[in-house]
This record gives sequence, structure tokens and C-alpha cells, in this order.
Amino acid sequence: MSFEMIFFILVGALSVGSAVGVVSSKVAVHSALFLLVHFATLAILYVTLNAQFLAAVQVIVYAGGIVILILFVIMLIGSAPLDTRAGYRNWVPYAGLGLGGALLAGISWNVLRMPAVALNPDANQGGVPVVLGLHLYSQNILLVELAAVLLLVALLGALLLARRPKAEEA
Amino acid sequence: MDWLNLIVIPVVRSLVLIFVLLTGFAYLTWYERKLLARFHVRYGPNRAGPKGLLQPVADAVKAIFKEEIIPGHVDKVVYLLAPALALAPALLIWAVIPLGKDFPAVADVPIGFLWILAVAGIESYGVILAGWSSNNNYSLLGALRSSAQMISYELPLGLFLISILLLAGDFSLVNLAEAPRQWWEWIWLWIMFPLFFICVLAETNRSPFDLPETENELIAGFQTEYGGIKFALFFMAEYINMITTSAIMATLFFGGYALPFGIGSEILPWLGPFILFGKVVVLLFLFIWVRASIGRPRYDQLMHFSWKTLLPISLAYMVITALLTVFFKP
Repeated sequence: MSFEMIFFILVGALSVGSAVGVVSSKVAVHSALFLLVHFATLAILYVTLNAQFLAAVQVIVYAGGIVILILFVIMLIGSAPLDTRAGYRNWVPYAGLGLGGALLAGISWNVLRMPAVALNPDANQGGVPVVLGLHLYSQNILLVELAAVLLLVALLGALLLARRPKAEEA
Repeated sequence: MDWLNLIVIPVVRSLVLIFVLLTGFAYLTWYERKLLARFHVRYGPNRAGPKGLLQPVADAVKAIFKEEIIPGHVDKVVYLLAPALALAPALLIWAVIPLGKDFPAVADVPIGFLWILAVAGIESYGVILAGWSSNNNYSLLGALRSSAQMISYELPLGLFLISILLLAGDFSLVNLAEAPRQWWEWIWLWIMFPLFFICVLAETNRSPFDLPETENELIAGFQTEYGGIKFALFFMAEYINMITTSAIMATLFFGGYALPFGIGSEILPWLGPFILFGKVVVLLFLFIWVRASIGRPRYDQLMHFSWKTLLPISLAYMVITALLTVFFKP
């Protein structure tokens, strides 16, 4: 077995293990930490795929921003250990299992259909931000703008929720 | 041979670097105490060794041999993990900082700049997790303050960094340090430096922005429950962060390991690390000077300053930089 393969299996096992940890931990902060480990392993896998830029973005956005926000919210609203029986529904694990299986099947189907070589020759130098930027802002500009509108709507929604009604202030 | 280049040499270089950094940390505490004492018209440490030079050794021995106490009410795993998580990023950043023309970084990667951003992003976990796992209201308040402060100041800091990137047009730190800049670019960079330094002070939790650990309201905040060597690890993280950010600022704003006007870099390439060291010492003096001179702001003032002053300024700065780059850079 080659060095790359051993490395991939190790990191992959860590990735799956931490993903299981996210859903099986009873303490919310532990779940968040497992999520952090999971994001880190994903970044490592991106590096092995020669996508350094994506790896860096993964860490900056998810580890540096989103998990910190999750921790912030957990600390703000308190984090009593979860009582697993409260509000427990029998069918939920099965539904989750079914949906997860469907997702896995869908992704596998699409990946296995693809040819083994990269579809786009530029993809092999995807670590270079220039190439990525040119693709994003020329061919896929519509998607970028749609995402921007979505974020703007979310921002407006947050403003609306955070605004105090005038009657209350008086 | 492959294994030698792939593993042995980087490991040896990392170990040397870590040893230098930890020694640097020890003597930074001495430097700070001496300087603070001078600012207060005192002598500072002067008992252990000549001029108190052995004080850091004495402190280290004391911290290591203290009884290890783990309070009964803490979340043990996270409690023990937090000091390590605080220290590791501070050391990790050094993987990409170029030390000189003949001494490239341990990992001389083309996205070195992004590496710094990524590692800086995970720097706050140590403090946040320490505060949470201590299971103590003061510590939790410290952790909350820390996370809010870090997120708030990361925004203007990131925007300033983007502006630097726009000017240089490269992610590689070697190219950033050696970028041939025109005179107006230097001036434009240095105008921004004080604001950047304010953001850095907030990110490293240094006084006057050390609100996560205010002694008088939060009894040391996130580190209340920590003692002995575990407390020393937090201390280490803070001071090595100071050294690290000073090195980054030296690289981004003051040419890193190069002398001004390119003097001597061809004749004496091995001078690089020493020049970088000199610049770092000057910047560290700035950190300590600020600590000795300026009192803490209130917490709400701190947040307002970030969101209502720094963020608009940094946005405007970025837009102007983009315009300058488009119109005046060949």
C-alpha cells in the first residue's frame, strides 16, 4: 500500500469517527469540538487532493467562524447535558438513517459515473486562487450573485428580528 | 533520501524553531517586566542572576514543580485540552514565516498568507474552551467576552489583510516581504499600521484589550481555575502570540528579514534572521509600551469601537486600495 493510501485511510477514519462523535455526544460543546475535528480532517483531505486554497477556506470559514459561533451560542443559552429521552421519537433514527443512505447512494452514483480523469484541466491546479477566481467570476457569476442575494436576505432577516418594536421602547 | 527530506529535516527545523520560540517567550517575560518596571520607575526583577536574567528559569522551575490541581467540577477532557489548543496555533503559524533569503520557512507554501489567516482563526478556541470547561461563572463570562471580541476584531483585521494582499497581489509571504513597492504604497501601508496594530492587540488579548481576563472584575476570567504548568501554558500562548504577530507585522509592513533599500541583503544573506529578530524586538516594545500607558476601555466601548469605527474605516480602506491598485499599479 502506498504512503498516500495509508494516509487517506487514517484521515478518513478520523473523519468518520469524529462525524459519529458529533451526533453521539451528549454534551453540546463536545459535539461542537468533534465537528471542529471533522472540519480539520476535511481540510487535510483537500490538501491531499491538491486543493490548498479550498483547504484554507475550509479552516478559515468553518473552524475559524462557524464553530466559534456555535460555541458562543451554546455558552450564551447554557449547555445542560442533553436528556435523551425528552422529546424522543422512535422513528427519528430510522428516518435519519434512510435519508443518509439516500444521500450516500446519490453521491456514489454520481461519482462512480464520472471518468477517472479531471473533467476540467484547470481543476488540477485548483490550489491557485487565480484560476478559481477566474472560474467563479466569469462562468459561474450568476451563482455567486444568487448566493449574495441569499446572504443579503438573511442579513435583513437578522436585522428585522433584532430590531426592537418602537412601542416597547416608549 | 526521500524520507530524509520529507520528514527528518522539517522535524529537526521545527524543533529548533520551537526551542528558539520557547526561549524567546521566557525572555520576553523578563523583557516585559523590566520595561514595565522602568515605565513605573522601579527596578524590576534583579535578584536571580545578573540583572535578573535567570528570573525566567526560576519561574519555569516553579511552574513545573507546582502541585497539579484539577478542580472537581470541571469538564476534565476539555479542561486539559484547552491549554494545548491555546499554545499550538501560536507555534503553528511559524511554519510559514520566512526567516531570511537563505532560510525559507519550514513549509514554504504558495498560500502562506492564507495559512496565517486559518491558524489565527482557530487561536481563540483555547480561551473559549478553558472558560467553558472550568464550569465557573467568571470563567464563562471571560470566554464569552473573548469569543465576541475575537469575532468582532477579526473582521477589520481580515479586511486590512485583504488590502495588503490587493497591493502585493500574491499569497506567498516571501513575495509579500520582498514585493517591490513604490513610495506611495509604503506610505499608504503605514497609514493603516496603527489601526492594524489595534486589531492585533484585541486578537492577542493584550492590554488594553485584555477584557477576557480582567483581574478586577472577572478574577482572571478564563484562567481562574488553572494553576501551575497549565496556567503557564496560557501565559506561553499569549506571549508567543505576541512574538508571532510581531513577526507577521514585520513581514507585512516593514520588509521582514530585509534591510530598507535592499542594503546588504546580497552581501550578507545570513543576516536575515537577525534583522527579523531586531524588528520583532522593536514591535514587542510597542506592545509593552501600550500596556504600560493605556487603561482598559469598558467592554461596550470595545465592541462599539470595532463595529462602528474600525469596520467602516477598514471597508473604506479596502475600496480605496482596490481603486489605487487598479489605477496606479502597472
